[in-house]
Amino acid sequence: MSYANTRSKPEIQRPISNIFILTSLLAALFMNWLPWEGIWLMLRPDFVAVVLLYWCMNKPWRVGIGISWVMGILADVSDASLFGQHALAYTLLAFGGLALHRRLQMFDLRQQTIQVLGIFVLTYAIYTLAQWQINGYVVWAYFLGSLTSTLLWAPLNLMLRAIQQRSAERESRS
Amino acid sequence: MIDGTQSFRFFNRGPSPAVRLVFFAVLSLLLMFIDARYRYLESARSAVSVLISPIQRMATIPGILWQQADDFFITQNAHQNLLAENAELRSQHQNDAAQLLQLQDLQSENQQFRKLDELPVRHEFSTQLAEIIYAERNVFKRKVLIDKGSQADVQLGQVVMDDAGIVGQITRVYPWLSEVTLITEKDHAVPVQVVRNGLRTILFGSGDTSQLSLRYMPVNADIQTDDVLVTSGIDGVYPPGIPVAKVTKIERDPVYPFARVSCLPVAGVDNHRQLLILSGMPKLPERPEESPASDAGKHARPRRSN
Repeated sequence: MSYANTRSKPEIQRPISNIFILTSLLAALFMNWLPWEGIWLMLRPDFVAVVLLYWCMNKPWRVGIGISWVMGILADVSDASLFGQHALAYTLLAFGGLALHRRLQMFDLRQQTIQVLGIFVLTYAIYTLAQWQINGYVVWAYFLGSLTSTLLWAPLNLMLRAIQQRSAERESRS
Repeated sequence: MIDGTQSFRFFNRGPSPAVRLVFFAVLSLLLMFIDARYRYLESARSAVSVLISPIQRMATIPGILWQQADDFFITQNAHQNLLAENAELRSQHQNDAAQLLQLQDLQSENQQFRKLDELPVRHEFSTQLAEIIYAERNVFKRKVLIDKGSQADVQLGQVVMDDAGIVGQITRVYPWLSEVTLITEKDHAVPVQVVRNGLRTILFGSGDTSQLSLRYMPVNADIQTDDVLVTSGIDGVYPPGIPVAKVTKIERDPVYPFARVSCLPVAGVDNHRQLLILSGMPKLPERPEESPASDAGKHARPRRSN
């Protein structure tokens, strides 16, 4: 059952180091800042958003709204967008993750993906809304990013989980 | 599940998520408002940019590696191509050299005439080479970041160009970086002149495409396709006479008061990695305050009236 799938593995319940969380967030920023251009920029998933949502749902008492907001500020500076634009979007994303984390942990990955799409679309909508208020026009293709972010959800989830498991095994062996 | 909820309540974890949401959302909105209206946050922004610049630099490495690999294969395979390009460049260089000689002659002549006429001498501007580190990673903006900042004496409002024409303007200066707003950014304006007949107008960026447009051109204005637009230098921000755009399409619909003129930038706004920053623009005298518009127009005119 899906319930057993996600909950009964003891490795996942183990504490994970802050360094791992920090590294994953920095890696996500790095991925976002690769020189994407043109159509690839439109299709670029928001790695930071996906990783933040992962941590908000799996370790809600470690990564929450505050850390998401800080990541948003970093994204704002690097993107030369207004201070607070990404921060607002990520704040809502984190809240979505916190509010839904119990429900989402019951689901398997496919069901999670559908739920997660809603959160990402909302996040992107907030960002676009702010942009529309400032610039007065909307680039609809920007929403493609929310779709690719959703597609990234399952692989990233599996990857982070695998890394966590491996480090837990190493710990138990030593 | 149950002990999960209990432990969630049991320990003091600070304010609840809803309270935090409201707090951070309001903080973000406040920051956005302040940032949009005033320029108080620039120092904070440059501080944060210093913090994150190592990661940003690292993120450019794959691109640079890719380019180097590309260059490597070009030298391996397209030897013939390179030879042809070399020959072409050499012939162009000879052409340019001849023209440059003429230009020097003309410059000295022009200076002499201007002295005779007691017109202000045209300033020469010095240039500084900079490299684009990132193209815009924001779908909504047409901006690039270049690798020279206030450490290299870059100043706000300086003009950035490539070998063909104007690319943009510096809008934000960080210690080691600066941000260039491209001329294709929405509502970015450049005062220009048509080379053919000296018609003055203003060129606007359109934002989501790399096109430019002339707004407020009367339907009967004397403008044709393939007209070249150069900077007029009226506002003192852009030096005069640098190519900006070429007219590609004109729609004269008598229903509208203005003709729709779309242009393409002459410079490779989206193409190059190396750009030139112009410095040493002459300071124009202050514009007289509270004078009617017609008066201001007369002030600007004598510089080029002959």
